[in-house]
Amino acid sequence: MSTGLGPLDLSSFLRHYPFLEFLAVSPLLWLALTLGAYIAATSLYTRANKMPLVNPTLFAIAAVVLVLSVTGTSYKRYFDGAQFVHFLLGPAVVGMAVPLYRHTALIRRSAAAICAALALGSLTSILTGVLVAHQLGASRELVLSIAPKSATTAISMGISERIGGIAPLTAIMTIFTGIVGACLATYVLKFAGVTAWHARGFAMGLSSHGIATARAFQEHDIAGTFGALAMALNGIATALLVPLIVDLLGRYW
Amino acid sequence: MIPMFTLIVLQLIGEVISRSCGLPIPGAVIGLILLYLLLWTGRINSDDLGATTGFLHQNLGLLFVPAGVGVIAYLPMIVDEWAILLATILVSVVATLAVTGLVMSQLARSESVVAEPAEGGA
Repeated sequence: MSTGLGPLDLSSFLRHYPFLEFLAVSPLLWLALTLGAYIAATSLYTRANKMPLVNPTLFAIAAVVLVLSVTGTSYKRYFDGAQFVHFLLGPAVVGMAVPLYRHTALIRRSAAAICAALALGSLTSILTGVLVAHQLGASRELVLSIAPKSATTAISMGISERIGGIAPLTAIMTIFTGIVGACLATYVLKFAGVTAWHARGFAMGLSSHGIATARAFQEHDIAGTFGALAMALNGIATALLVPLIVDLLGRYW
Repeated sequence: MIPMFTLIVLQLIGEVISRSCGLPIPGAVIGLILLYLLLWTGRINSDDLGATTGFLHQNLGLLFVPAGVGVIAYLPMIVDEWAILLATILVSVVATLAVTGLVMSQLARSESVVAEPAEGGA
């Protein structure tokens, strides 16, 4: 293992320094890299006057990927450390009950709008995804994998598996959807003249789940709350609608 | 410590419910519903959890970094079709944002939530 590897191979480099070797095995290094990359990306975002295209999640991912590929570190080894950060997603989702509870009155007042926006938004997401991919010549498996992309990853992958898609492919599409939504939402909503915080947040959470909801929480507490609401509701709506739509379209294709 | 414990225990219960009933909904979402019920019935005071959940939500973008990095491992799967997939996602996300945002803002006209978003967010 000591020959044929570049000088930048971190684990072989560290092996020459037994004192440091534990770094490559310990989760600390990769945990620190994840936090450091995010802090750097956030400071870049602040310096860019919080321009949505300079999305901290996107830039932190890019920085970590760069470090992993330069040092020849496998994703598995990285995730052994970074999983502590990943793990917090669950408690963060459970905790979304707190802002939802605090804004219960507003949610109740906009119940009709929420139902209509959920139904039309969810249909738009699934239909445009399936139809555009089909028109562009994507294979059937690809079309099925892209259909549930607006639901949060755990849900979209489950749906994909059930309808005959490829779950890891759906995971890629879901994360891309989140990043594209987080980067573009501000511009699209401004162009469409959508100014109310709750409508903006709901559109972000519905179209691009948690990654755009993270962006919504930074815009405004109400935007974040409605993003979380849209994300939870669209997870359920997508799980119900995708199998129906795929079944229906399957009769014509 | 107690707020974090509460969130983790509720996710755990949600996970058990989700798996034992074979629901397509993740355990964390069921935990969210359970927590909402506990707040609503007054068993838990939202002020006790607010600082912890506020911290998590302000740094939500960080929590997606490890999963986002994982996507790179699967990128070879899409080398041939990346242009189709990117175009599809762009069209679909823009359409979904516009339709959802417009339907929502046209139907709900509560003055209290209409705020002018600052340029470039925040």
